[in-house]
Parts: sequence; C-alpha cells; structure tokens
Amino acid sequence: MTVLGRAIREQPRIFAVAVAGSVLFGSMVIASAYVVGGVVGDVVVPAIARGSVGVGALALAAAALFGISVLRVVGIFGRRLGAGYMQYRLQAAYRRRVTRRYLELPLSWHHRNSTGTLLSNANSDVEAAWYPIAPLPFAVGTLVMLIGAVVSLFLTDWALALVGLAVFPALFALNVVYSRRMAPRQARAQRLRAEVSGIAHESFDGALVVKTMGREAQETDRFAARAHELRDALISVGRLRGVFDPMLETLPSLGTLAVLVVGAFRFRAGAITVTELVSVAFLFTVLAFPVRAIGWVLAELPRSVAGWDRVRRVLDATGEMPYGDRRLDPAEPRPATLAFDDVHFGYEPAEAHLPGTLVLGAVGFTVPAGKTVALVGPTGAGKSTVASLAVRLVDPDSGTVTLDGVDLRELTAESLARTVALVAQVPFVFDDTVRANISLDRPGIGDEDVWAALRLAEADGFVAALPDGLDTMVGERGTSLSGGQRQRLTLARALAGRPRLLVLDDATSAVDPRVEAAILAGLRGGAGDGAAASILVVAYRRATIALADEVIYLEQGRVLARGTHTELLATVPGYADLVTAYEQAEQEREQDRTYDEVAPLTSGLEIEVDR
Amino acid sequence: MSTAPTTEAERPADERSESTWGTLRRGLALSPELKVGLAGTLALALVYMVGRVAVPVAVQRGIDHGIVGGLDLDVVWTVVVITAAVLVVTTTCGYLMMRRLFTVSETALANVRTRAFRHVHDLSMLHQQSERRGSLVSRVTSDVDQITQFLQWGGVILLVNLGQLVVTTAVMLAYSWQLTLVVYAAFAPAVLVIRLLQRRLAGAYATVRQRTGALLGTIGESVVGAPVIRAYGIAGRTERRLDGAIERQREAQQRAIRISILGSSVGELAAGLALAGVVVVGVSLGVDRTLSIGQLTAFLFLVTLFIQPVQIATEVLNEAQNAIAGWRRVLDVLDVAPDVADPGEQGRELPPGPVDVRFANVGFAYPGGPPVLHDVTLDIPAKSRVAVVGETGSGKTTFAKLLTRLMDPTTGSVLLSGVPLDQVRFDSLRSRVVMVPQDGFLFDATVGENVRFARPELTDEQLTAAFTELGLADWLDGLPSGLATPVGERGEALSVGERQLVALARAYVADPDLLVLDEATSAVDPATEVRLQRTLDAVTRGRTTLAIAHRLSTAQSADEVIVVDRGRVVQRGPHEDLLKDPDSVYALLYASWLEQTR
Repeated sequence: MTVLGRAIREQPRIFAVAVAGSVLFGSMVIASAYVVGGVVGDVVVPAIARGSVGVGALALAAAALFGISVLRVVGIFGRRLGAGYMQYRLQAAYRRRVTRRYLELPLSWHHRNSTGTLLSNANSDVEAAWYPIAPLPFAVGTLVMLIGAVVSLFLTDWALALVGLAVFPALFALNVVYSRRMAPRQARAQRLRAEVSGIAHESFDGALVVKTMGREAQETDRFAARAHELRDALISVGRLRGVFDPMLETLPSLGTLAVLVVGAFRFRAGAITVTELVSVAFLFTVLAFPVRAIGWVLAELPRSVAGWDRVRRVLDATGEMPYGDRRLDPAEPRPATLAFDDVHFGYEPAEAHLPGTLVLGAVGFTVPAGKTVALVGPTGAGKSTVASLAVRLVDPDSGTVTLDGVDLRELTAESLARTVALVAQVPFVFDDTVRANISLDRPGIGDEDVWAALRLAEADGFVAALPDGLDTMVGERGTSLSGGQRQRLTLARALAGRPRLLVLDDATSAVDPRVEAAILAGLRGGAGDGAAASILVVAYRRATIALADEVIYLEQGRVLARGTHTELLATVPGYADLVTAYEQAEQEREQDRTYDEVAPLTSGLEIEVDR
Repeated sequence: MSTAPTTEAERPADERSESTWGTLRRGLALSPELKVGLAGTLALALVYMVGRVAVPVAVQRGIDHGIVGGLDLDVVWTVVVITAAVLVVTTTCGYLMMRRLFTVSETALANVRTRAFRHVHDLSMLHQQSERRGSLVSRVTSDVDQITQFLQWGGVILLVNLGQLVVTTAVMLAYSWQLTLVVYAAFAPAVLVIRLLQRRLAGAYATVRQRTGALLGTIGESVVGAPVIRAYGIAGRTERRLDGAIERQREAQQRAIRISILGSSVGELAAGLALAGVVVVGVSLGVDRTLSIGQLTAFLFLVTLFIQPVQIATEVLNEAQNAIAGWRRVLDVLDVAPDVADPGEQGRELPPGPVDVRFANVGFAYPGGPPVLHDVTLDIPAKSRVAVVGETGSGKTTFAKLLTRLMDPTTGSVLLSGVPLDQVRFDSLRSRVVMVPQDGFLFDATVGENVRFARPELTDEQLTAAFTELGLADWLDGLPSGLATPVGERGEALSVGERQLVALARAYVADPDLLVLDEATSAVDPATEVRLQRTLDAVTRGRTTLAIAHRLSTAQSADEVIVVDRGRVVQRGPHEDLLKDPDSVYALLYASWLEQTR
C-alpha cells in the first residue's frame, strides 16, 4: 500500500485524471443498466403492447444508449491513458534513479552484485514495482461503481439489494482468496524463471568450454531440470486459475438467476416493475467483469512489493565514493607524481559467510614525475589491485594514495579523470563507433587527437582498414575486433586524454612482442621533449621492465623489493626467477640436450633444486 | 526508429512473410504432444461457453413465460433450477478444460525450451558468436515465457471468447436474424478499423521491444563498464545515454497504449451503436409481433455478451501476436541446421591410442571474409609436441579451431588418426580432443566444480592430486578455501592468470589424447608459465599436444614449430633448425622475442 501511496504522491494530477475517467466509466456502466431497463420498460413494453411506435421516445432511447457509450469511451480514455502514462512515467523516473545510483555507487558495491541482478533491478524490478498502477484506477473506479450499484439497488428494491449484497461481497471475497493463493505460486514461477534464465546466460556465455569438452548433454540436463521445475510451477498456477476463473465467472450468473427468482416474487407482490427487474439483471451481467479488476490489483501487489524492495535496496545502498573539491592545475602539461603510503586493502567478501581476503599490506612506493615504474610479481600478487587504487577505482582500507601530494579522495572527479588514465588488463569497449570509444565525448579531443592516439597505440593501421574508419561500429563488447585490436583501442583511449599519469595493467598481453615494443617506444619518446606522462606499468616482459626507471617487486600483497632491474636481478631471487624464467628454461634445455638421458622432470620445484 | 545495424541472424523479411498459421503449423509439427487430447479440450471449452449464454436464455424464458405472459412461479423455478444445473456442469467443464490445456501446453513448451537450449549448444561456434549476446538466451527464456504467459492468460480468454462469439451468434440468430444483422452491421466497420489499428499496434509493440532491448544493452554496458566509466570520469555521458534510452522506451510505450486505447474506444462505440440499433429495430419488430419482450431483453443481454469478446479479443490478439512472434523466433532457432554437425550414429570412433593429425589441402575463410588459411598440408605425428607461432592475424588460432572442429575447413579436410574429422562422432571427439581457449571461461561455482566439469565423478583427492601434478599445489593452498573457493560470476573473483590456471587444470583432468592450447597461459607470470610448461611436457608425454603461442618460450621446448604467416605454413621444424636461416620469419619473430625478454 505504501508503494501505491508513493505512486499517487509522485504523479497526483495524472492519477486524478485516471480515477476521474474510471469513475465516469463506472457510473456509465450503472447508468447503462438502468437506461436499458428504462428503455425496455418505458419504451419497448408500451410500444409492443400498443402495437405502435412512438418515434420521439424511440429516438430518445437510442440517443440515450449511444450517448452513454460515448461517455464510457471518454471514461476509458481518461482511465487508460492516465493509468498508462502514470505507470510509464513512474517506471522511467525510477529507472533513471536506479541507474544514477549505479553510477554513484563504488566499484566494491558493483563487485558484490552480479551483472544479472543489477540488470533486473533496473528493468524487471522497476517494472514489477509499478505494474499495479495500470489497473489501480480501474479498481478505484470499480469500487465506486460497486457502492453506486448497491445504493441504486436499495433505491430500487430492498430484496433485490440483498441479493446484490450477497453476490458482490462473495465475488470480492473469492477474488481475495484467489489472489492470496496465487501470489506465492506466481512468486515461485517468477523465481524459477530467473533461475532458468541465469543458467541459459551462463551456459551460452561458456558455450566454447561446453563445446570443446563435449558437455552439451550435461548442460542440457542442468537446464532441463530447472525448466521442468518451472513447468510444474506454471501448471500449478494454471490449475489454480482453472479452479477460480470459472467460479468467478459463474457467481454473477447465479446472482442473475437469483434476481430472476426473487424478482418474480417481488413482481407478484407488486413491489417492482419489469423495467426494474431487467435493470437489475443487466447490472449483474455488466458488473461481473470490472469486479475482477480489483482482483488483478491484489494479485499484482506481492510482486510489486518484492520488486519495490529490490529497487529500494539499490536506492538506499550506501558507501558512495564521494569526490573531493580540490583540483590539480589543469593547464599543467607536466607529468604527475604518484605516491602510495602504507596502503592496506582487502576485498569485501562476495557473500557474507566468506572471509574477506586481504590483498595488499603496507604497500608504499612512489612514481616520480616523468618516470616509468614497473610493477612485477607472480600471478595473484595484487598488481591489478595496485593499478585500481592508483586511479581510485577503489579506496584503500588504510594508508593514502596521493597525486602531486594531494590525496586522491580530495580530488574532484573531473580533475582525477583528466590527470590519470588506466588501461585495464581486460579491454572494455562500448557498442559505439571507434571514434566515440576513443574520445568518449571528452571535451577537446578532435579527430586529429584520436588519430594521434591511434598512431601511438599502433592501431592506426587496422582502424584505417576498417570499412568506415573511425565511424565503424565495433559491436557489442567489441566482438568485431580481435583481442589485440581491442587492447590497442583502449590504449588509444587512455592516450587521447593526454593523462599526466598512465597506468598500464598488463595492457599489451594480447599484442605481439614486436607490436608491443613499438608501442612502448612511442610512449617513451613520442613527445620528443621527454616523457609527457609518468607511467606505472604492470608487466612480465623484460623489454617492458627494462624501460622502467624503477621496479617494484610485489609478492603476496607486499612490496618485497624495489630498485632498478639490474639491482633486483642481483639481489632478489624471487624476482630473478620470475623475469629470467625463459632464459633459465632455455639453459636447462641446453643441459638436457647435453645429457640426453635425463629422465623427464615432473615438477618445477625439483628443477630449482637441480640448479 | 533506430537504424543501428544488428548482427542478429534473424531474417526480418522472412519473419513477416510467414503467416500466423504457418507458424502454428510449424510449431504443432515440432510439438506433436500439443495435439494430444486437443479435441477433448476444445469440446470442454465449447460446453464451458454454453454457460455464458445460458443466463440470457434463462432470463428470456423466465420473463416471457413466467412473468410477463401471466405470472407463473413454477415456470420461473424450473428455468432457474435447470440453468443452475447447467452452470454447475459448465463450470466443471471450464475447470477440466483449463487443467488439460495448461498441463499439455506447459509440458510441450518446457520440452521446446529444452530442445532449443540443446540446439543452441549444437550450433557452430561461428553461428553462436554471430548472434548478439543475450539474443540466444532470450530464445529459451523470454520468448518461451511470452508463449506460456499468453497461454495462461490470453489463450484461454481467446479460446473462450471466440467460442462465445460463435455461440452467441447462433443464439441471436435463433431469436431474430434481423437483429443479428443489425448487430453485425454495427460491428463491421469497427472490426475493420480495429484491424487497421492492429497492424499499427503490432508495429508500435515491435518498437517497444526493440527499444527495451536497446535500453537493456545500455544499462548492461553501464554496469559491466563501470570501471571504465569511473576511471575516465564519463558518468555524465553515460547518464545522458541512459536517460535517452529510458525516454525513448517510454515514448514508444505511450505511443503503443494510445493506439491500443483507440482500438478499444472504437469497439465501445460500436457496442453503443449496436444497442441503440437493436432497440430501434427490435421495437419495430415487436410491434409487428415477430419478437417478444423477453426475446428483445435477452437480445440486449446477448449484445453485451457479443461486445465483451470482441473487445477482449482485440486486446488479447495483440498478446497473441507477441506470443506467435516469440514462438516463431524459437522455431527459427530450431530450424537452423547446425553447420558443424555431429555425424551421430553413422559417425566413427577415433581409433584408440595416441592421435596423429593430418591437414590435407586445408583452406579456410570466415563467411563473407577473405581466406585466412591457404591450402595447408601437414602431418603431425602422434605423441609429438607442436607449437604454432605467427604474428597476430596470421591464422594460427584458426588451426586450433579447425583441429577441434569448432569450424569446418572451407576446402580440404582435417584427419585425426586417419579418420576425417567430420566423420568422427562428437562424443568420441570431445572426450579425446580437448582445447584450452585463451579466455578460460569459468562457471559461477567453486574451483573444484569447475575443474570437475568434464569428469564429475572425480573426487576432491583426485583433483588435489591433479593440481599437484601440474605443480599448482601451492597456488591451490593459497586460496581462502582451497577447492571449495567460489570463483564468482565468470570467474571474476580470481585474477585473469588464475582463471587460466583453473581452465588448464580442467582440461588436464579431462585426460585427452590430443590437447590443444590456444594461448592458454597468456596472462600467467613467466615463472609459473615456464614451470607449467615443464610439468605439462612431463604429464602429457605420450599424448599429442598442439600449442598456439605468442610467447616463444613454448616454441623452444616443442618438438616441432610450425610458423604461420599470412595464412600459409612458411616454416616447420625444431626450434634450432628454424633459426639457421637468419632472414626467416621465425628468426625475426625470435629476435624480437629475445629483445623483449632479456
């Protein structure tokens, strides 16, 4: 009820129009019954009895019947247009609010919620929340109509009114029972629908794995099991409908029969006329259908409340990452200094019962202005997390990340975005043109800048070869491009904004070594007058690392060593193992070849002991 | 209307050209179970409808014989009791009809759903990828939901109301053919107008659906691309796009409802016209003594019984159009013959033992694209370890896809152990040949469940042993809950490199005779990669492995390297031999690799 109340408060005028239309419609329904009765009693019966037609009266009767129809149409227009507009406006308004909230909430919140959930929050949940709005004015109008009907019945004859008093409340009660029993079944079907859809989404997303491992049959079984549960749930919904729908239809018919019997007795007693009898019987026939509209509203309510609760969860979610109000000098083209000081970070658990994992502990380092710092470490050491912190995708649990001495949390969104740029490990491209993907409509990025960025990212060649050049649509998630092409596009996107700090998170892994070398050379010396940006680069390749002024070696979320590549190579065994892995492998192969009889090696650890 | 190009493999021209009946026929042919007991259900529906006409007839009888023509309470009682008994029977029939209808239709549709699901998996990789993400999903979800929802709601209503039209017309004719003509004359123009509106309404609903799809796409992008949006400070731009999409959807919805209201208004006006006409003509007939008062009264009731189905049917028909369109889309998917098909029963098993590979004059081109591979002929002996190298776009990944029969060659053929690949039964092929793709997709389950994917019977101990054999025991121990660690949606709780480790373990426990690695360790750190490489060499000894690699460390340790350049095999042989020619493609690639790594 609070949901409906809120809806009315938000769109009071349009709701008033809809209810007015509905009440007009309802009144006309009652009126039509009496007009029909009146026409039969006062025009038809006398005319037939007399054997002659009173043209005036007949014309009047026809006009009255048609006039009522016209008024009903007006009522329908008001009600349906009002209700529809109200419903759609509310849906649109709340979709805007929910998606705004998505943009405001921090990434940590996004991590805790699956893409599917967020999609359905903004789509089907908003829809469900406002779904009862459409039949609501109809229901209100029907209520008015029912009261009117009972009052008019009493004005006609108390005995017939009693029949009405028995039938209409019974109809209403039957409706309520129906809705109550239907709601949990509908909810179950809805839940199963979501689950079926979830399985299909996941299974089709992983279609390649399913195919290459020949697991189609098992996946189909997994899907079929849930699809059959859904089938059973829907059959149970259908059976309930089968029980109640015919009963709801029969009840008013029985009422009409009762009217006939009671009416006959009252006619004998001289209490009513044929006109009145016909009117009342007609009233029962026309009222039966609208009364069910109330049932529809009631049936939709639980779904609406559930949808509304889920929408509320988004709107009320806390933990925004507010931006500050300090700005770094925007006109300054020089590189920025990035500093991590005693940074700790742990991801919040995806589910409440799981432990959160501490990813970074006491991380501290500096990327001095204009320098390149390489971040090196084994798989799962926390390198991507450092990259996320450096551009404030997430905030540290403790410690600070600063740019030119200013805490990232104090910067405005605009200043932060203009100063730093991240190229992520997995490239994300929008379903838009190449141009829009690179410029992102940021001010001051023209076609020349886009091409310059593409050249720097070694992507100008393939973009020029695309059918529509910069205007080529890249498709949903960039499906028309190869992995390496997507990576270079996102690299160009970062470069186009002329950031003062560039963070590359293993951003060239899908690019061939030769292409990567060209890109890096361009980045380092491209401007001619020294580096335009400081660079923090997550890398494995030695050529990339060798370009760095300093190397930070990360292991299990801690900075184990820092220094130049040569220093670390000499002093840090873990680092040396990591970056010289290929050379060592080659040397060992040389040895293998010398002592050809060496048995096959079974684990990496033994190799290290051998050495 | 947006003119955004769509990659969907739907054929809008065909979709329009096929009639509703065509779809129904096709649908019934695919789900013969729908026809079971259909006659009985229809008979029950017919009886159920009789209940609706019973009351006006009773009123007529009661008024004519019990009240107006001299009061006779016995007649009234008889009429009422008989009608009540009829109502009890028809109500029961209504229940039985719905029960049968729902049970049969839901069962049939669940089967269609499952079949379509399986069929999507049977489509070739190329076909799957040419469909827009989500559009295949909606074939087995929202499209089928649309049909079931229609059947639950509109289907019964449509069935009952169409029947009601027929029965009502029959009764009206029995009372007075003249008045029946009047009613039809009043409704004829309305039906014509409504039909016209219907067409516009169908268009309007199509726009709503399309804009809803676009809105979902935009929301999806803003959710999946949240890090980019935040990192580039483009929340404002995203907001504008979202608002635009939301507004466009709302406009389309409002346009649809305006047309729909117009339709019901026309019906309503026709009803008023019919009532007025019946009174005028009815009175004239009554004066001529061809119609009694009771009959005229009954007729007025019958007109309302006639109006209701016409009005409801117009609304329900829209839903029916949607449902039919949904059905058609499901059937269209089912009708696509998989272009890379399982030979099934006629197929052959791969001979037991290690697998050798032969490419015989293999050429390949993506549909509508230039050739990617030209006339490749080569033999890979059983038990050998081969690396395929080449620049981006050279066609090396195509090797892996042809070898695992994700695609069929355009020309020539691929043979495994002498058997042409397209004659090998899929169950034999998939259990003996396993590929680890670069993007090792993980399911939203635990690490253990993902590794167990191909071999559900494996115990935790066996899985742990597999990780140990791969030299990944330390990594596994480092996870918060070991094998029971959830990997999150698409494995996103793990780093990209870690996902590749799990995918590799998954392929390893599948125990294939031919293992194809497509840059399977591209995001893993070098030390781990080298270690993995060594352990893989050891554990896959005795099997054939083919690795697509851009890290040349893999090539160095392979028995043989195949160098691909612009769709042709330009060099092959052991690493050392290939280096002997300093100007060769491989020597250049290797020089660049060395430059990068030391």
